[in-house]
Amino acid sequence: MLVLAIDAAREPAISILFRGNNFVRLLGGLWVTIRISMISAVLSIPLGILFGIFMMRKNPAAKAVSRVYLDFIRIMPQLVLLFIVYFGTTRAFGINLSGELSAIIVFVLWGTAEMGDLVRGALSSIPKHQYESAAALGMTPMEINIYVIIPQTLRRLIPLAINLITRMIKTTSLIVLIGVVEVLKTGQQIIDANRFAFPTAALPIYGVIFFLYFFTCWPISLLAKYLEKRWKN
Amino acid sequence: MDWTFIQEYIPMYVEAGELTLTIGILGIILSILIGMIASAIEYYKIPVLRQIVSIYVELSRNTPLLVQLFFLYFGLPKIGIRWSSELCGIVGLSFLGGSYMTEAFRSGLETVEPIQKESALSLGFTPLETMIDVILPQALAVTVPSLVANVIFLIKETSVFSGIALADLMYVAKDLIGLYYKTPEALSMLVLAYLIILLPVSIIGTLLERRLRYAGFGN
Repeated sequence: MLVLAIDAAREPAISILFRGNNFVRLLGGLWVTIRISMISAVLSIPLGILFGIFMMRKNPAAKAVSRVYLDFIRIMPQLVLLFIVYFGTTRAFGINLSGELSAIIVFVLWGTAEMGDLVRGALSSIPKHQYESAAALGMTPMEINIYVIIPQTLRRLIPLAINLITRMIKTTSLIVLIGVVEVLKTGQQIIDANRFAFPTAALPIYGVIFFLYFFTCWPISLLAKYLEKRWKN
Repeated sequence: MDWTFIQEYIPMYVEAGELTLTIGILGIILSILIGMIASAIEYYKIPVLRQIVSIYVELSRNTPLLVQLFFLYFGLPKIGIRWSSELCGIVGLSFLGGSYMTEAFRSGLETVEPIQKESALSLGFTPLETMIDVILPQALAVTVPSLVANVIFLIKETSVFSGIALADLMYVAKDLIGLYYKTPEALSMLVLAYLIILLPVSIIGTLLERRLRYAGFGN
């Protein structure tokens, strides 16, 4: 047994990835991360659009409420929000939320605020004369929105919304700190299980996780950059 | 709310807040330095270095800080590079922040039309004078809002330091929850601590943006 362990230690640490199903396990962990960010993104994009339109209202009460919500969510680190929902709700309401559900709640609250602000920014970047010219051409308010305002807003909005998705994927890495078993936790488990056979496993494992995140987010960033350039003006 | 408990543990939060701030400020200063150097390399199109900068920016912007820190703090010691969690936090934050600052400076420099540089040079300004007196003041007006946003972002990012066992605000809060089960108290103090740190930065940023909104010649 001892001889075996020593033999294994001579193997390069990177080969730990090809032992058993270690690499597949890491990918499974990554999938947990991606699934949570996708669910949150799918929920927060429509909610964010509604919130953005709500923020454009002139009603002072609506403005104040949305301002406080947006500023609070933006100024608090996402990890603090995760702690509030994960640890706080248990105490305050006696309900026991799983880490994954808390994460989705927090990312939807955060994503809605960020998306809402992007929508508001895109809507208010449309010059007033676009509305006026369209109205002067005899378009009804409905037509103005459908043919003039929404297409222009979308061109500004879509690249930014795609970027928000990469931010969401990156932020989802925090859920390991509230005990969700995702890619970092899976990596830790693999390292701990092979402590004796591969004492230096932490380097390749965390290196691989680094590049897993990179190759998930980079194509999405490139797409956002490409669309932004293509739709400029 | 248990007020005596809060009173008793305020010093712990103050200490943790100081640690968060010290590491945050050092990280931000280094990020700005990296950003200046990297954006200068991009602006003057220095070969080879320019490619390295763009690889660095993509790597750092498309990975989460927590993963970067895990690699630095748990991975690198395996090949003999050992550091304290404080140093690791500063290095990680600068690695992340450097790319965000590079983008902020780059977007500022990009908005200054080439005609500004050409006119200044033809008026007899030296390249250095052109940079300092003509290009930088205009670029700064565009850069400051994103600079402020980055500073706030980086201070917020320090919250993940608890992942590498740094006794920051998150760490203290989690400790108090785990040890005494004083969840509402610990969480309120946590929120308050971040508000005290971040609100002034956000307000100063807004004021600064208003002061600097003057440039925009040539477009």
